[in-house]
Amino acid sequence: MAATSQLLINESAIRRNRMTRRLGQAGLLLNPVFTYFFLWAPILILVLFSFNESRSVASFTGFTLKWYNNILNNVMGAERAFSTEIMLNAFRNSLFVGTVATVIATVLGTMIALAMARGRFPGKGLIDGLLFLPVVIPEITQAISLAIFFKVAFDWIAVISGERIFPGFHTIIMAHVTFNISYVAIVVRARLADMDPQLEEAAKDLGANPWRAFWRVTFPLILPGVISGALLAFTLSLDDFVITFFTSGVGTSTLPVFVYGLLKLTVTPEVNAISTIMMVLSTLLIGISLAMQGRTSSRA
Amino acid sequence: MSDRLRRLQQNGSLLALPTVAWLVIFFVLPLLIVLVVSFMTRGRGGVGQLPFTPEHYERTFGVFFIILQRSIGLAALTTVVCLLVGYPLAFFIATRRRLVQQIALFLVILPFWTNFLIRTYAWRILLGEEGTINGILTGLGLVGEPLSLLNTQFAVLLGLVYGFLSFMVLPIFASVERFNFRYVDAAHDLGANDVRTFLRVVLPLTLPGVLAGCALVFIPSVGAFVTPDLLGGTKGLMIGNLINKQFGGSGNMPLGSALSIVMMALVMISLLVYVFANRRDARA
Repeated sequence: MAATSQLLINESAIRRNRMTRRLGQAGLLLNPVFTYFFLWAPILILVLFSFNESRSVASFTGFTLKWYNNILNNVMGAERAFSTEIMLNAFRNSLFVGTVATVIATVLGTMIALAMARGRFPGKGLIDGLLFLPVVIPEITQAISLAIFFKVAFDWIAVISGERIFPGFHTIIMAHVTFNISYVAIVVRARLADMDPQLEEAAKDLGANPWRAFWRVTFPLILPGVISGALLAFTLSLDDFVITFFTSGVGTSTLPVFVYGLLKLTVTPEVNAISTIMMVLSTLLIGISLAMQGRTSSRA
Repeated sequence: MSDRLRRLQQNGSLLALPTVAWLVIFFVLPLLIVLVVSFMTRGRGGVGQLPFTPEHYERTFGVFFIILQRSIGLAALTTVVCLLVGYPLAFFIATRRRLVQQIALFLVILPFWTNFLIRTYAWRILLGEEGTINGILTGLGLVGEPLSLLNTQFAVLLGLVYGFLSFMVLPIFASVERFNFRYVDAAHDLGANDVRTFLRVVLPLTLPGVLAGCALVFIPSVGAFVTPDLLGGTKGLMIGNLINKQFGGSGNMPLGSALSIVMMALVMISLLVYVFANRRDARA
């Protein structure tokens, strides 16, 4: 009697376990279906409606290229402020800011990465924290702290020298360098951690001075890391909206700042077309940079 | 002198100096200024002036407490949803064959290459009164009049989950991939059922990825500005929008500063929780 009931309990336990397993397996297969749909549907719908004949985004009435055509003809919906010309200008601003900020951030980030990997000096823990914080602090906090800082600094300069400085490219670039340094340093440090420090020692033993040992041995070895860091910095710079929004001045809007104004104020089919173009371009850009990265790291 | 210089170069502090100086000037100093301004009185044009006052903190925890609460609540909910959706997905990806795995990962990452503004804007198209979802629902006759989906907290939640899901999936994927599935067999052999095996073996061993994912989702969610700005309207206002509002025409910079300091404190607390949980996990 006792043995039978024991058996029954075991059997029901096994049945229950089989049920949870089936449920678990079904969940494990259903979840990706839903999640991939969730991730891709908004993007695909945006692309789809950029080809929609009517202005509506509620139903697809027919295929057209007229919204793309409008962009080519410098028309961008109802708002005068958003012409293709201004957009291209904003894009040029983005490229300029991104390039300058990337160069400065790559030099500074690589220097600190080398110092942290090779140097022996007090306060390294503190510097670690200093490099880590810009990555985790919310963008809006960093943005307004820089905005207030520039305001205070320019007020002081006006009092002392009598010259008024206004925000512009210089303030955007300084802001972008500040958040990019940490990312470059992280990537270059990862590369340095993989590198054998004895190679540098060997070069010095063979009579190379530290300068020569660095440029002939260390630098070529960390170059893929430096390039990846620079590409990451450039991408982040091109993509940044919040910090740029708070540090830019009149006439120095970058592409994301322009797009924000556009998205905020107008809902026209041209916006869908521009978004589609931007998505294709950024995917191409990142694809190319990844391919390049793959090639440089496999060569090294 | 030249000897000393060489020693300095050798120990690397000279190499670190320019970067440290840059970060002190453009990162630490601005934060300190924000801290000082947050205690100042609002002057003409919304800038800070003397005397010092704690009034902006009183308002932050007074009239604006509801928005603070909403921001923390939405960020916490975003984290939970990302975890519930992201964990099984990461598990699924990590247990595929290599080629399928690469494609599956690529399909998670690719949408995140699109500019954040555009990804958020896509939800405006979907959720709007005359948007795609309402178009489909009314077309099928499921609802009489369009649902108001946009400019709600629900829209903000969707946007945040959409914006930060990959931050949850990738660290969990990394720790599931490292997980040795022989432990599961061992647990089964020792008589544990599937639920028990998951709770006692799989989950604890993938916890570092879960913790990292939660920190990576919670922190940008609590500080979100673009998502509630484009999807939330007034009902979905978060601290980030409130801070932004203090820097316009009728702004109040000291109040904006106090709000940012509180937001930073929130981030610091969540980082501390993360570090503490991680340490406990490593010890256990």
